[in-house]
Amino acid sequence: MDAPLKILVVDDELPARNRLKEVLQDINEHLSLSVVAEASDGKKAVALLNEMSVDVVLLDIRMPGMDGIEVARHLQNLMMPPAVIFTTAFDAYAVKAFELNAVDYLLKPIRRERLQAALEKAEGRLGTKLTGLEQLQERARSHLSVSERGKILLVPVSDIIYLRAELKYVTIKTAQREYLIEESLTNLENEFGEYFLRIHRACLVARNAILGFERVVEEGSDGHWVVLLNGSDEKLPVSRRQQQIIREFKGS
Amino acid sequence: MASINQNTPPPALPDFCNLGVMLRVIFIVNGMGVLAGLARKPTWPGFWQEFLPLSVFIQPALLASLLLLCALRRAFTGRAYREFVVAVFVLETVIGILLYFGIHAVLPQDDFLALPAVLVFTLVATGIVLFYLNLRSRALSPAITEARLQALQARIRPHFLFNSLTAVLSLMRADPRRAERVLEDLADLFRVLMGDNRQLVPLQTEFVLCRQYLELEQLRLGDRLRVAWHIDKMPEDALVPPLILQPLLENAVYHGIEPSSEPGEININIYRNRDRVYFVLRNPYHGDSGTHHQGNKMALNNIRERLALHFDVEANMKSQVVSAGYQVTITIPYTTAK
Repeated sequence: MDAPLKILVVDDELPARNRLKEVLQDINEHLSLSVVAEASDGKKAVALLNEMSVDVVLLDIRMPGMDGIEVARHLQNLMMPPAVIFTTAFDAYAVKAFELNAVDYLLKPIRRERLQAALEKAEGRLGTKLTGLEQLQERARSHLSVSERGKILLVPVSDIIYLRAELKYVTIKTAQREYLIEESLTNLENEFGEYFLRIHRACLVARNAILGFERVVEEGSDGHWVVLLNGSDEKLPVSRRQQQIIREFKGS
Repeated sequence: MASINQNTPPPALPDFCNLGVMLRVIFIVNGMGVLAGLARKPTWPGFWQEFLPLSVFIQPALLASLLLLCALRRAFTGRAYREFVVAVFVLETVIGILLYFGIHAVLPQDDFLALPAVLVFTLVATGIVLFYLNLRSRALSPAITEARLQALQARIRPHFLFNSLTAVLSLMRADPRRAERVLEDLADLFRVLMGDNRQLVPLQTEFVLCRQYLELEQLRLGDRLRVAWHIDKMPEDALVPPLILQPLLENAVYHGIEPSSEPGEININIYRNRDRVYFVLRNPYHGDSGTHHQGNKMALNNIRERLALHFDVEANMKSQVVSAGYQVTITIPYTTAK
């Protein structure tokens, strides 16, 4: 007999988790499985998955803080991401997107037959990564995630001072340290446009980290503007093309 | 044709105690006075010669009529519309005659308006006002139905239904009795949500409904949802539009409680101050995020619309972000069934 399918249940509502466990118990008679853990929000789910190996995650979409879609995106940074089955009470938008992206989802209340079929399908594609999740995301993520030694590090977007593009990577700078992620600066700007300001072709700065601007004059040139940051001594140059932001900043 | 007529409810009797109705009546009758004056002498000084004596009659007549009709409101409740119309015409004729002789006793001038002219003006004005109010009530009653339908769509978040059903299912095996009670509460709530909500109901009814609703949410959300009712001074008999509070509570849960893993409190304060009833609702605020804001605005507009349909200018509602969170305040006139 195969090893039982290891399942993590993630939902912010206790009755929903209890119900899901009951149904899983019923399915256990036909399909060998075991609920190895449960989590009441997205961050706890990511923390659990860093510590233990899980085959399938049953993931509620609408949760406080980090929603299910964002959790699933961060999970793709694991070496062996678990299969994800989304659960939702009602999400017209998400359900339509799932159909288009062939992502598995279940509607609450969840039927035994549907859940069993979804688990059997998931068993067949263990170890494959989900793609296209970013298209399902309705709002900006609360965290960016970095893969380090097989684990997911979550970096809260509110801790980021600036993002700088370097070749095929983007450097994330926080007050504590730097991280490297494989995302495009343009996509990040589209997603977090309200939060960051582009000061340069290759640099986005968190609006609330900006202390002010300073003009640096060097010999033999007109000089240029740099931005002064809260939490970092670096003085990042503002490109000539982006100088209108200085006026906007003074105006606000 | 007959079947359509049967489906049309009889026109509601106008409420002459309502400030909005009073203002409309005063405006219409004075407007008619101006027209009558202009029709007889279409020059500026001539118009004043005609309008002033008419006005001497119109203003006390309006005052007496509105006061009497407001005072007699109870007597009319439940009567047929036809009886009401006859009663109003009789009343106005009596007021007209009494005022005519009253004014003649105080101002014994020969050139004052003649009795037939005064009576014709009174009866025509009465007819036009009643006709207008009848038209208005007919125009509004489909609007109320419409608002009810809109309310239905805007209010029941499918999330709530499906999550509640999941919660009931989770109780089925462990605590069947509690599951039964929850289903009964759910049935009560949906009976009201899907029912005919055009008539005002006692505040107590709405309060019970809201408590049932919050118990359902409590089942799902557990410790995260805290509710503080301040209802020591709540007038249980006050008449309110049904579902005036429940949608606001649903918003409070959706925007104030669900977005956070930390416990949050919904604070509800209902009290009466002289002839006004106040509803003050507060919940934690987590900032705007596009779609949420939309849903909230829809529910608020819906309630505002229904308040206007029921109370005209005498009800008001405002929402604001205060230090303790998001706050909605509604005030309506205090009225009772008896």
